[in-house]
Amino acid sequence: MAAVTHLAQYLVSGLAAGSLYALVALGVVLLYRSSRVLNFAHGDIATLGTFVAFTLIARKLPFSLAVIGGLAAAALVGALFFFLVLRPAKEASLLGKIVLTIGLALLLGGTVQVVWGTETLVFPFPLSELRVYRLGQVVISEMNLGTIVIGIVLMTLLYVLVQGTKVGLAMRAVAQRVDAAQALGIPARRIYALTWGLAGALGGAAGVLLAPVVYLDPFMMLDPFLKGFAAAVMGGMDSLPGAVLGGFLLGIAENVFAGYVSFKFKTTMAFAVIILVLLLRPEGMLGRVYHRRV
Amino acid sequence: MGRIPQIVVSSNLLERYQDDLYLVKGAPGWAAVVFLLVGLASLPFLLPRFGLGYLLFIAILMAANVIVAVGLNMLVGFTGLISLGHAGFVAIGAYASGLLAAKLGLPWYVAWIGAAAITAGFGFVVGLPALRLTGPYLAIATLGFGIAVYQVLVNWTALSGGRTGLPVQQLSLGIAGLTPTQQLYYVAVGAAVLLSWIGYNLARSHIGRAFAALRDSDIAAEVTGVNLLWHKTLAFGISAAYAGVAGAIVAQALRHLEPQSFTFLESITYFAMIVIGGLGTVSGAIIGAVILTLLPHYLSGLKQWLPVVYGASIILMMMVEPLGLYGRWIRIKLYFKAWPL
Repeated sequence: MAAVTHLAQYLVSGLAAGSLYALVALGVVLLYRSSRVLNFAHGDIATLGTFVAFTLIARKLPFSLAVIGGLAAAALVGALFFFLVLRPAKEASLLGKIVLTIGLALLLGGTVQVVWGTETLVFPFPLSELRVYRLGQVVISEMNLGTIVIGIVLMTLLYVLVQGTKVGLAMRAVAQRVDAAQALGIPARRIYALTWGLAGALGGAAGVLLAPVVYLDPFMMLDPFLKGFAAAVMGGMDSLPGAVLGGFLLGIAENVFAGYVSFKFKTTMAFAVIILVLLLRPEGMLGRVYHRRV
Repeated sequence: MGRIPQIVVSSNLLERYQDDLYLVKGAPGWAAVVFLLVGLASLPFLLPRFGLGYLLFIAILMAANVIVAVGLNMLVGFTGLISLGHAGFVAIGAYASGLLAAKLGLPWYVAWIGAAAITAGFGFVVGLPALRLTGPYLAIATLGFGIAVYQVLVNWTALSGGRTGLPVQQLSLGIAGLTPTQQLYYVAVGAAVLLSWIGYNLARSHIGRAFAALRDSDIAAEVTGVNLLWHKTLAFGISAAYAGVAGAIVAQALRHLEPQSFTFLESITYFAMIVIGGLGTVSGAIIGAVILTLLPHYLSGLKQWLPVVYGASIILMMMVEPLGLYGRWIRIKLYFKAWPL
């Protein structure tokens, strides 16, 4: 009986971590499948958004407004990066684009350090880490439950946006083939900017959900952002459902590994899993096989 | 009919293809090389005279960074395979050299060669996924490798010495007149010069050309007879071996190894060096490494601004001059060669 409880407990904490990873992974995949850019600044955009939300809360703004402000800041940075950097440098090679996002990551991470300092700050959050609910013998904290619920709500909203609206249709068209989409009158630039903004906001949401657990510091998103990438790679870089599946699987696998094998090496395990998945199925679990031509 | 202006391109006109292949071209080239070598050799005696003796330590770190950057550029710039985990290779080199000397009692040069060989082995292993992974996937895999090495070092205390760190034996050339720092300087700079020279030669050999071919189109390269399996793993192996030697130098310079010296930020700094200096040229890597070693030193009062400066420089460089500072220098040289046309 106890063994089952333990397993269930690991699964629950895995789901909470997994929904964060899935949110990060969705942002990564959104960008990758539309513009083939792997955004290394994703975590830093999210961190910036979270810090902006923190400052707004400190300025006595209501929590919801502050969070919206933070997400808007993250979205704005993403869209600005597209307009000011990526679009003028559109001739850049794939490597060049990756390098550009690495530059943005350094720039934003450095800015956060300069503006807010490197000390850890406490992010006030309406949900508590200490208040717990019991399902039989399994314990789930209010924060973890909130993370799972909010994560799933955001994922559903994104699904509705991409699959059920005109904007989503335009996004899918641009992702599939830009020039054809443009020929049909879809404003590709605006759609790209929107995608960048949306991805930034998703990352920001993950940051706000993470901040109360790990405290605020400039490097707080590094680990979840790497795991989110990992989840995106596992699920397939051009598949949104794959990102969600990869996120949850990685979160659960990591917590089960930490529980049964070794807590210290759980991040190392996460990367071993990715390399294994990439070796066995490079296009990811739900990704399409992509044939390249010379 | 006006007078036809005569175009004087340059006095040393190349007459044979061989002329274009020479590493050092003509008497001015040789003069520059001799001047550079004499300058590097006399630095340990000149610097203390101007009260700049502390710069010798910076020069040792610079030599290590030059070696990493030249190796990394071989991988990223020449072969087009991205690595965001090079600090992991440097760490492996540093710990391997330290442990080989401490645990097995090997002389330092054997330990260094051993460190380079071990690191190259890791490079080949990391290179294996590179056969199937491209672009972003490879970036993630190498990034994960760098972080995994760091975490293994932090958690495997038997290997890394835990919180107290791993002390490193000082190397000695057995020359009585030199201080330990001066001796290390000669070893480090000697290694940097030798490895850069090897780098220049690799770049113009069939290996370097094969690297460039598979960077530009690996399918086309394979069709024309470049062995992808061998060359991709070889690029990783060479690059890792360079990082391993640099790690051994870092170990000697710090004399005390802690995993904190080999973080993700270091990997990114190495990456910034080759982007700012110039992707795909050995000279570019050297320029980038020199600048990015001196910059933190002279901006020490503005330390927290460094990532912002690096990030902005990378973005600016990629947008304005994708070939880096060295690419800009080549352009300036070409402009004046044909001036006033």
